[in-house]
Amino acid sequence: VTEPTGGTAFHGKAVAGGSPRPPDRTSRRGLPTLTPATTPQWRREFLERLLAVISSLAAIVPFLALAGMLVILGIYAVPSIKYNGFWHFITSSPWGIGDLYGKVEVTHGVKHLPGAEFGAYPLIIGTLETSAIALLIALPVAVGSAVLVVEKLPPRIAGAIGMCLEILAGIPSVVIGVWGALTFGPWIAKHIYPTLAHLPNVPPLDIFRGSVGTGEGLLTSGLVLAAMIVPIIAATTRDLLRQVPEQTKEGAEALGLTEVEVFTRVQARWIRSGVVGAAVLGLGRALGETIAVAFICGGQDGIAHNVYGAMDTIAAFIVTNLDAAQGDPSGLAVRAIAELALVLMIITLFANVVARFIVSKSSRGAALPVGAGF
Amino acid sequence: MATVTAGGPAPGAVGEPPNEVALSRRIRNRAWWALCTLGMLVLVVPVVWILAGVFDNGTRDWHWSVLWTAQHGIGGGLANDIVGTALITFSVAILAGVVGVGCGVYLSEFLRPGVRRTLLRSAYEVLSGIPSIVFGYVGYVALDVGLHWQFSLLAAVIVLSMLVVPYIAKATEIALGQVPTEWREGADSLGMTKSYQLRKIVMRAALPGMLTGLVVAIAISVGETAPLLYTAGASAYYPTGAFIHSPVPYLTEIVYTDFDSSFPSQHVLSYDAAMLLVVLVILILLSSRLVIRLTQRYSPSRALTATKSQPRRVRSRDQSGAARVIADAAVSVDSPRDGPSSP
Repeated sequence: VTEPTGGTAFHGKAVAGGSPRPPDRTSRRGLPTLTPATTPQWRREFLERLLAVISSLAAIVPFLALAGMLVILGIYAVPSIKYNGFWHFITSSPWGIGDLYGKVEVTHGVKHLPGAEFGAYPLIIGTLETSAIALLIALPVAVGSAVLVVEKLPPRIAGAIGMCLEILAGIPSVVIGVWGALTFGPWIAKHIYPTLAHLPNVPPLDIFRGSVGTGEGLLTSGLVLAAMIVPIIAATTRDLLRQVPEQTKEGAEALGLTEVEVFTRVQARWIRSGVVGAAVLGLGRALGETIAVAFICGGQDGIAHNVYGAMDTIAAFIVTNLDAAQGDPSGLAVRAIAELALVLMIITLFANVVARFIVSKSSRGAALPVGAGF
Repeated sequence: MATVTAGGPAPGAVGEPPNEVALSRRIRNRAWWALCTLGMLVLVVPVVWILAGVFDNGTRDWHWSVLWTAQHGIGGGLANDIVGTALITFSVAILAGVVGVGCGVYLSEFLRPGVRRTLLRSAYEVLSGIPSIVFGYVGYVALDVGLHWQFSLLAAVIVLSMLVVPYIAKATEIALGQVPTEWREGADSLGMTKSYQLRKIVMRAALPGMLTGLVVAIAISVGETAPLLYTAGASAYYPTGAFIHSPVPYLTEIVYTDFDSSFPSQHVLSYDAAMLLVVLVILILLSSRLVIRLTQRYSPSRALTATKSQPRRVRSRDQSGAARVIADAAVSVDSPRDGPSSP
């Protein structure tokens, strides 16, 4: 390859004197062969700009989508916010679109059916409860299995577990929902819940007392959600554990620390912020999971009467009630669902902001950065 | 030579540990590994259970004809839904692929660290945390109702693309970030222009990572239900191919509506659809490994192993998993690559 002469750059799209474009070749060592550029200057400048322009347009799309969603939801929810108020909406309980056969009335300039009343309190509580259960179970399971995979298991089995994680993350939520409703729910209500309900009646354990129901409800939803968020936390934890420098671990071992002590004193400090970030991310997914929960929550607009009780979450409620809301001739029910979606979006945004805050704060000190490559 | 270390008993016969670990610490260690094993069982059991359940239900009344028969009343096959799912997924792969890769390339290659980059990156990271039903609802309100598109292919594809763009964008950004600086410097010193360098060196090296993101996005769009129910609608016929004013059938909708129907023939269809979905997703995820193997010719990890230099950037094979791509999309920090100096 000859050296380029003043200002002439190497260029692959070279067309030499009208002859057909030579194919891109790669040399035996895998490096692309370079042909000197004879492309006109304007064309090179154009190509140079094109990629920047196209990609900059693409880069704005997520921002526009996010802003657009917030604006559309906000505008669409205005009549509902006028009618229900915001604070009253999230603290009151019944949800009814009113008397479908009644005459449409007008309050505060908003058309509604007589007796229409919208309150999201039980749905918000249900959303938070199921997600909390899911996180409480998923976090230790994910961390424990990640430690085992990294420290003890031979590569072959570790690879198989990795495949398990991928499959679990990839199984469509509707399939998990059907499994939960037809297989897991009935099984656990028959074989596990009765035992749980007969645990001794002392403070931490007495929450399990009560009638166990059919297996559709709070605890079942929490358990299934846990299975759905475990892969995310476990995969992140595993990759973070692998990045802990071998020397620090060996140093701790040389000082005579047992494996559990090495984990708590050395590894845990390195991976802390990353795991917290992944956990809050998992929480966000649990908050927003729709279809699987819709199948197994029991679909009751009210707070679960005990840990097995039927309830509903915001996301599941939206997907199961949007159809019915379209039957409201005043159109207010669909608007109320917009307000509900807005509440859900605010909750998940809040979780997201908290995750970023935790990760950015702790990654400056004693922990690995998350998602910054390997 | 045989000086006794502080606290420990004198080292005796060969093979005897110089320091005896206290019983309570040994017990705690055993308990720790027992808990970890328990955790892994809790993780593996649901996977096996779900797969067994899906295949058990799916194969019980399986007829190959569901693959080429369209729905017919309460029976028939799934051919129209398969075509619909393929149509939606293919369109999403194109739209989200262009937008996602473009977004990742721009953030990683054209923008310097600063307010604008932080803003644009946070936008897609936040987007990845928004519940799918909110996407579906906004799509329904804005596109189906607001623009009078009704249930339509275009609405479904736009909504689903916005849902998966963050995964592709993040995977692209990470993959581009892993291309060694030396390679870019080398390209610079050869006089390559920026876009030529990107096309011929950087993006070729980052191809496996970018394709992993795309494959995960495809797997997600095959399996999503909530954003489609109110944007694509439901249909018992083949998709017409029109962009708007005509609903599209898809597999997840069949699972969603028919699994608790009162007709046994619809149960069968629902179970078949669930099994097809799981098989599809597993095949897509497996294909990502094949794709990586085929495209890693120019990737940095391969080059490093080939030249036997420090293998610090080499990923082990199971590391670039779908679960990790999903997790990566949400939270990231602009901070140095190489961890802390000391905890």
